[in-house]
Amino acid sequence: MSERVTAERVTSRRGRGVVVRGNDIDTDQIIPARYMTSIRFAGLEEFVFRDVRFTSDGVPKGHPFDDRRYRGAEVLVVNQNFGCGSSREHAPQALGRWGIRAIVGESFAEIFFGNCVALGIPAVTASRADVAKLMDAVELDPAQELAVDLAARTVTWRGGSAAIRMPDGARGQLMDGSWDAMRTLLEARDQILAKAAALPYVKGF
Amino acid sequence: MAPGRNLLDKVWDLHTVRELPGGQTQLFIGLHLIHEVTSPQGFQMLDDAGLSVLVPSRTFATVDHIVPTDTHARPLRDAQAEEMLEAVEANTKRHGIQFFPIGSGSQGIVHVIGPELGLTQPGQTIACGDSHTSTHGAFGAIAFGIGTSQVRDVLASQCLALARPKVRRISVSGALGFGVYAKDVILHVIRRLGVKGGVGYAYEYAGPVIERLSMEERMTLCNMSIEGGARVGYVNPDDATFDYLRGRRFAPEAGAFEHAVAWWRSMASDKDARFDDEVELAGGEIAPTVTWGTNPGQAIGVTEKLPRVDELPDDDRAAAEDAYKFMDLVPGRPIAGTPIQVAFIGSCTNGRLSDLREAARVAKTGKVAPGVRALVVPGSEAVRAAAESEGLHEVFKAAGFQWREAGCSMCLAMNPDKLIGRELCASSSNRNFKGRQGSPTGRTLLMSPAMVAAAALRGRVADVRELL
Ligand code: SF4
Repeated sequence: MSERVTAERVTSRRGRGVVVRGNDIDTDQIIPARYMTSIRFAGLEEFVFRDVRFTSDGVPKGHPFDDRRYRGAEVLVVNQNFGCGSSREHAPQALGRWGIRAIVGESFAEIFFGNCVALGIPAVTASRADVAKLMDAVELDPAQELAVDLAARTVTWRGGSAAIRMPDGARGQLMDGSWDAMRTLLEARDQILAKAAALPYVKGF
Repeated sequence: MAPGRNLLDKVWDLHTVRELPGGQTQLFIGLHLIHEVTSPQGFQMLDDAGLSVLVPSRTFATVDHIVPTDTHARPLRDAQAEEMLEAVEANTKRHGIQFFPIGSGSQGIVHVIGPELGLTQPGQTIACGDSHTSTHGAFGAIAFGIGTSQVRDVLASQCLALARPKVRRISVSGALGFGVYAKDVILHVIRRLGVKGGVGYAYEYAGPVIERLSMEERMTLCNMSIEGGARVGYVNPDDATFDYLRGRRFAPEAGAFEHAVAWWRSMASDKDARFDDEVELAGGEIAPTVTWGTNPGQAIGVTEKLPRVDELPDDDRAAAEDAYKFMDLVPGRPIAGTPIQVAFIGSCTNGRLSDLREAARVAKTGKVAPGVRALVVPGSEAVRAAAESEGLHEVFKAAGFQWREAGCSMCLAMNPDKLIGRELCASSSNRNFKGRQGSPTGRTLLMSPAMVAAAALRGRVADVRELL
């Protein structure tokens, strides 16, 4: 995960799918804030979607993440505005630690999307009709392998495929391994320090 | 002649270190604020990479999210919370970062203390691992929330890799009616433009209504830009901004202040500035507003009836049906009169002195209704002290409100202040997502602090104009 220092080149992700339907699934649903009181990310996977998966007495409510057919899934399929709400990176961290390595959806909240890229998890969009088809296909046959191909800009499943979109900047970062921004930013160390020294509110008015 | 530039363009260009391959900008971050929840992992990643903080003098730390508000006594009862606090202490000490701890007189919610200390200034780029960083845009800064990996990036490089947002100017014309506050303005903006309407945009708030807002009100406004999907929201700096900053601890000192003002003024959007989009809203149409659902765009005026699902745009219907089920509210009925069990006044949206003053004006007119748990949580130690010196705490206590220590409190469930079970909370905070206030089934109605006080006294959602 993000502790990794040298970034891999992410050109495609293959794996079984899991469908979580619904628009505007926010970060509080993905990882309730009460599970964020730790100074580490490890163990977050246990609480992913906690309140939509279990009643307050801990009884499973039949969420896809508890459906045995989806066990081991790596590609999450969602609808609109997934990950809206807080900036907490705990949300993609929890998903990633649960095993999700790519997300296909109709749209994503901006900060969530950025956080996914920072973890090397491509979050790609497809049209509403294509997402609907993909969801149906995965639900019908959860054992099949999906391929999210950033190079070809497609998602393919058994018997179908669709175009995917991702902003060029983020796609490029994933594909050339520069998604771990820290290294890239630090290459300009001297320019950074020069910039700091030139800003009126840093050097003094 | 070249077309005029807006504030975002000016600040962006000034802070650009270089363009990155792939179209993003390497942007210098002038002010980095950190707190206990999203910084420990950032420091950990930095350590793992064997790096140190590049410009420690431009990062400032406090603790807010997990701090209990009944007592600030150490060690905190919650061992994990104590561990987070200790992590901030250790990390800031080790890296030479200025920290405003509990008891310093300067601790508080990160978006309350930045402005209060004069750290937040016009023309800056500001980042913090919290989505309500947009608050600081009230000063004409470009401020945005970042994730933990980006906290690490700023610590390591004082920079972020970002795509330049488009800018939408939202002009609010006319004047606000009696009993209508900045909170109502932003809830109205989100209601009109939607919770996704601002994705990819920075919001510039302008027009006569905005120009007349105090700095604290502008902070409330910019704070909830993110609820409208806009990661950045700002107001152009003007005399109100400069007057607010004068004399604050980290503001430029007397001799330099006028130079600073001249520079700050030059950063405001030009008169002929171009925008990617423009929206005009009429201030006179804004009523005291209340949310009824599970996203902040599901809002109505307090005198309106809950919308019928079939009146809503197609895209919003499924969410509305789901929200009605969760909230246990009935379409077609008025929102006023809905019984509440909890009233929360506080948060980085509405936990400042003027918010407490407005709420106290209402609190003075009666007593908290039986069966209602009502909390007033100042946004910072300084707000608390200022409120106490005006006697506001006595007003609240006499009316039956609890008077607490500074912190995020019931805005989110990371400290002992939580909803229990199905409780319905009238809240001056910013998010009404399911589970936000600590109980997975707990329910939130967002509104202005004066409206929360009114609801507390009546035991039901009430039109604050009847009590003022
Ligand atoms: S008050 Fe709420 S929104 Fe503001 S910083 Fe604290 S938790 Fe975040």
